[in-house]
Amino acid sequence: MNGAQFILQAFRQHQIDTVFGYPGGCIMPLYDALVDAPEVQHVLCRHEQGCALAADGYARASGRLGVCIATSGPGATNLVTGVANAQRDSIPLLVITGQVPRALIGTDAFQETDVLGMSLGLVKHSYLVTDPQSLPAIMHEAIELAQSGRPGPVWVDLPKDVLLAELADVVPRPSAPAPPSSTPDLSDVLNLLRAARKPLIYSGGGVRLGRAERTFRRFAEAAALPSVASLHGLGNHGRDDALHLGMLGMHGSRAANQAVQQADLLLVVGARLDDRATGALSGFAPHAKLVHMDTDAAEFNKLRRAEVCLNGDLNALLQALTQALLEQPLRVDEWRKQCRQWHASGGFSVASESLPEAPIRGPQFIRTLSRRADPHSCITCDVGQHQMWVAQHYRFDHPRQHLSSGGLGTMGFGLPAAIGAQFAAPRGMVINISGDGSFMMNAQELATLVRYRLPVKLIILDNQCLGMVRQQQELFYANRESQIDLDDNPDFVALAEAFGIAARRIQCWQEVDAGLNALLTEPGPMLLHVAIAREDNVWPIVKPGQSNQHMLDEPRGMSPAAQVAA
Amino acid sequence: MRHIISVLLANEAGALSRVAGLFSARGYNIESLTVAPTQTPSVSRLTLTTTGSDEVIAQINKQLQKLVDVVDLADWTEGGHIEREILLLKLNVAAEDVESITARAAKYGAQVLDDIPHSLTLEFTGTSSELDDFVADMTRSGQILELVRSGVSAIGCGNQTLKLHG
Repeated sequence: MNGAQFILQAFRQHQIDTVFGYPGGCIMPLYDALVDAPEVQHVLCRHEQGCALAADGYARASGRLGVCIATSGPGATNLVTGVANAQRDSIPLLVITGQVPRALIGTDAFQETDVLGMSLGLVKHSYLVTDPQSLPAIMHEAIELAQSGRPGPVWVDLPKDVLLAELADVVPRPSAPAPPSSTPDLSDVLNLLRAARKPLIYSGGGVRLGRAERTFRRFAEAAALPSVASLHGLGNHGRDDALHLGMLGMHGSRAANQAVQQADLLLVVGARLDDRATGALSGFAPHAKLVHMDTDAAEFNKLRRAEVCLNGDLNALLQALTQALLEQPLRVDEWRKQCRQWHASGGFSVASESLPEAPIRGPQFIRTLSRRADPHSCITCDVGQHQMWVAQHYRFDHPRQHLSSGGLGTMGFGLPAAIGAQFAAPRGMVINISGDGSFMMNAQELATLVRYRLPVKLIILDNQCLGMVRQQQELFYANRESQIDLDDNPDFVALAEAFGIAARRIQCWQEVDAGLNALLTEPGPMLLHVAIAREDNVWPIVKPGQSNQHMLDEPRGMSPAAQVAA
Repeated sequence: MRHIISVLLANEAGALSRVAGLFSARGYNIESLTVAPTQTPSVSRLTLTTTGSDEVIAQINKQLQKLVDVVDLADWTEGGHIEREILLLKLNVAAEDVESITARAAKYGAQVLDDIPHSLTLEFTGTSSELDDFVADMTRSGQILELVRSGVSAIGCGNQTLKLHG
């Protein structure tokens, strides 16, 4: 058995059956071995960045390991954005690249780059395999490492001659014993909770990453506390939780930010206090003590001092906490009532009706889609205004329904992520919502949709510009527009049709119903090109660097610039 | 506050870069850094000195612990330790001052390694602040031609040891 054949055996041992890749010179031995491994589905994307982001989307949607493969040099460098994307959102990703043969390393050989060096700031760990006999141990370790603790990308760089080397007898690896579990000491947390008059839950992506969705839901029911969520915490609470105030932060709801500013205890569950969520730290939750629960102890006291830190598996921590709360429920009825009032008056608002010929407004369109789409649909999105409208107005019932590039903010994430999500759930409804800017960043992956007959639904909210940049230029740069015009976009309908994908354009409110009907009933892939108003903004907004108490709302009569000045 | 952190590091490709990269990526200071083999061929010992607030030092320790190549580490500020640093100092000394400066150096326990006209090379071992004092004293009558410090090496007092197997 050679190195390449061993890698496929490791895939089998770890139940890896779907990988995303692109062949090339130095990785060819692995592609040769793939010919004899029909049980591993290799998805050929059209750009290595597409491979990495598709593998990331697959991992987010399935909870399993994402795997991407590329050759040395440009293959590896093209993966980098996708690897960084996975690293910033703690997505389990195995990255496999070919490298020039060992004898040529360091000689500036054709398609040679220092992949190990390049990987260092982007990964949980990385390996350059210089001894073929160490390959089995490294592969098992890499696969386990990517998924254990706080997940993340692990990169294995494989010289071509290592892939071709014959391995000595490979013994199957015994499975590692489970770490001993201990009962967490919750007395400090319970004391704080019982003393608090305004306790608030703030949950994040760690709930999904820790596979603690169900435990969290039971905990939230037992606690019956008002709650807010970060971008990646959306769906933790489900559609019908009346005490859930939605997303906090820069584009959060007024109710959510108000509750954070008033709370006297913040129970942070699997969230890392990202600056987009907290705003200026000096003004964040000024009256609150913090309880921080996370699997990564390095998140504790990183940005904000916590009174109590609980490190470990969220499932175990939340189960213990739920039990204690069921035995002695919390009595904070006044606070619940106050938060319900804020929720009723401080949620996200949209114009309730439009004239038939009126232009389509992004927020209203997302609300309509949310009502119309199958409630189990998986929504992927790109980065920009449409991403925030999705976060604000789409009602998620489960965190795996919402795939969004949070930490890195990668334009071009949506389409490849949707491809990965559709492989994770072949019969599920997957809808990618893009802007016209983001869509063009990985439009080549339309070919991948067609190749694998993936019934992904594509929505482009097209405002003919980079809307989020335009919005910030309008509000914070004296309306001096700079390099944001995209009014020479291609004809997106013709573009989709050129790939063999059905497509349709809608441009006024009365066309929305028919457009969504066509999209949601189309058995194959389809693109819906939605022309929206250029000047629409995401409201509310907190100016970058300011405290969340300074939220700007959609102006009524007062120009946005004047509102900023005031 | 100044901290001395000792790290046992697996001898893997890129391991040292990962430690150095962590400091640059997160904006932490490194004042000195030494790396050398241990009695176990697969593990090197690294000693670094850094400064920062308690919060920053806590983050440095936690982020270092997350590196897969880090086998064990100790922040010696927490407990008693012994630190040593070696100094090689080459001075331009006027002929009439050689005798007095050599005598002063001897009081510190420094050694003369090389003595040719106008150039005197001294070796001195001590803590970092002892080295600072020594240099300040020597340069009262000589001009520094070259100064080499090894960086700090440290070991715990008593039976404190770093663990080779995590």
